[in-house]
Amino acid sequence: MSLSRRKLITTGLAAAAGATGLAAADRLARRYGLIPPDSAGIYGPGETLTYAAQRLLASHSFAREFPRSMISAAPFLNETSPLTDNFKRQQAHGFSDWRLTVDGAVAHTASFSVADLRALGRRSQITEIACEEGWSYIAEWIGTPLSAVLRETGILPHARYIVYFSDQPDWWESIDMPEALHPQTVLAWGMNDADLPVGFGGPLRMRVARQLGYKNVKYITRITATDSLKPFGKGLGSASPEAGYAWYAGI
Amino acid sequence: MIKPRHTALVRFTHWITVVSFAALLVTGLELVVSHPRFYWGETGNVNIHPAFTLPLPTSRGTVDNGYGSNMPDQNGWSRALHFQAAWLLVLTGAVYLVAGILSGHFRRNLVPLPGQRTARACLHRIAQYLRRAPADPAESSSYNVLQRWAYLAVIFVLFPLVLWTGLALSPVFEGAFPAAVMLLGGRQSARTLHFFLTWALVAFLAVHLVMIAVHGFWRLTRAMLTGRAATPPALPENQP
Repeated sequence: MSLSRRKLITTGLAAAAGATGLAAADRLARRYGLIPPDSAGIYGPGETLTYAAQRLLASHSFAREFPRSMISAAPFLNETSPLTDNFKRQQAHGFSDWRLTVDGAVAHTASFSVADLRALGRRSQITEIACEEGWSYIAEWIGTPLSAVLRETGILPHARYIVYFSDQPDWWESIDMPEALHPQTVLAWGMNDADLPVGFGGPLRMRVARQLGYKNVKYITRITATDSLKPFGKGLGSASPEAGYAWYAGI
Repeated sequence: MIKPRHTALVRFTHWITVVSFAALLVTGLELVVSHPRFYWGETGNVNIHPAFTLPLPTSRGTVDNGYGSNMPDQNGWSRALHFQAAWLLVLTGAVYLVAGILSGHFRRNLVPLPGQRTARACLHRIAQYLRRAPADPAESSSYNVLQRWAYLAVIFVLFPLVLWTGLALSPVFEGAFPAAVMLLGGRQSARTLHFFLTWALVAFLAVHLVMIAVHGFWRLTRAMLTGRAATPPALPENQP
């Protein structure tokens, strides 16, 4: 009898300790940014483990860069939805009027033309872009590091995410600050030593070298710094989780 | 008290593995349908000649292999479940490995006995199977040499390889450990190997299920569920 009571008390204490431990782990994980914005659903545990593991173990790692000889001769052009009227108008003017607006938790809101961005900084890297479907290609991506743009506008200390929007309706994504400030995250305007072709996202594409293709949104028009993703869309972080895909795609 | 045929650790991790593997297999096939072409090397897409193509309709318009693209697109939840099941399997596998080493499970139950680490011992047991000879009584409480080699291969070769080739598809993993991907022949080679390793595991599962069916499906399943010895000693008949 006393044995079973002791067992009961031990089990109760262990359960209480476990619950407290989990709560403490949850608080710590939130403070250190290890919980993705789409962690609420039934696949939340898996998403959270993947995101937390990569943030803890490989936050500063670089996407693999390849020799020039490995650039794909025929990169696959993944079609997008039909181009908007606004886009076609801009295209007719050689994108000279294309503007990138930077707002939200920045020291001062700013707007850049592609020429302004080119003057801000240049990074070229030969990396592989992999689609979640399974195919991939290697290209040289040339652009302005996102960190250089954010340095120009100033970023407020409470900013935790960068949200970015396409000219295409309902196409938007977001990344955390470690990804946004990563040297390989660039606003690409060039590809393989030429201007970035429209089919591959020209005039301006967010190239997130360490994540799957769908985080690399084409036709970027606006960037917003924010401390919370809740006010955007359904609050899951980006358009991808609203369609059932993981917000974090470092995979 | 009768010593259990399978320890609680083995039973618990076995059934979690069953659930995880089923989820991984179904979702993996779902994902393949969005691009049922396989390549060798670092890159692969519809502009590159594939190593082989599966004769399947696809779920995406980006690839046309002649069978239409009318399959439902289920990549979203499939990948989410694939990763969740993979985490469950990896964590369960870690518990099993550590406990298996500490408890002597591998040494005692899975490493072939000293006199049996030969091809001759394996061939002998295969011949017994083919003749449908009655099993050695010792087999009711321990694994035979073929079972030992098969389980060791699955636990220490196939599962680690399928995990390695799966991780190799992660851009962050490839960036952090490029040599681990180059060793496999590149990203697309890793994807192709991941596919074949899956079928190697399915082949093991098929043999495993056939053997269970031949030797008493419910009796052996019950032993893996409850741990009770497969052939408990008979009770005295005049028990009140």
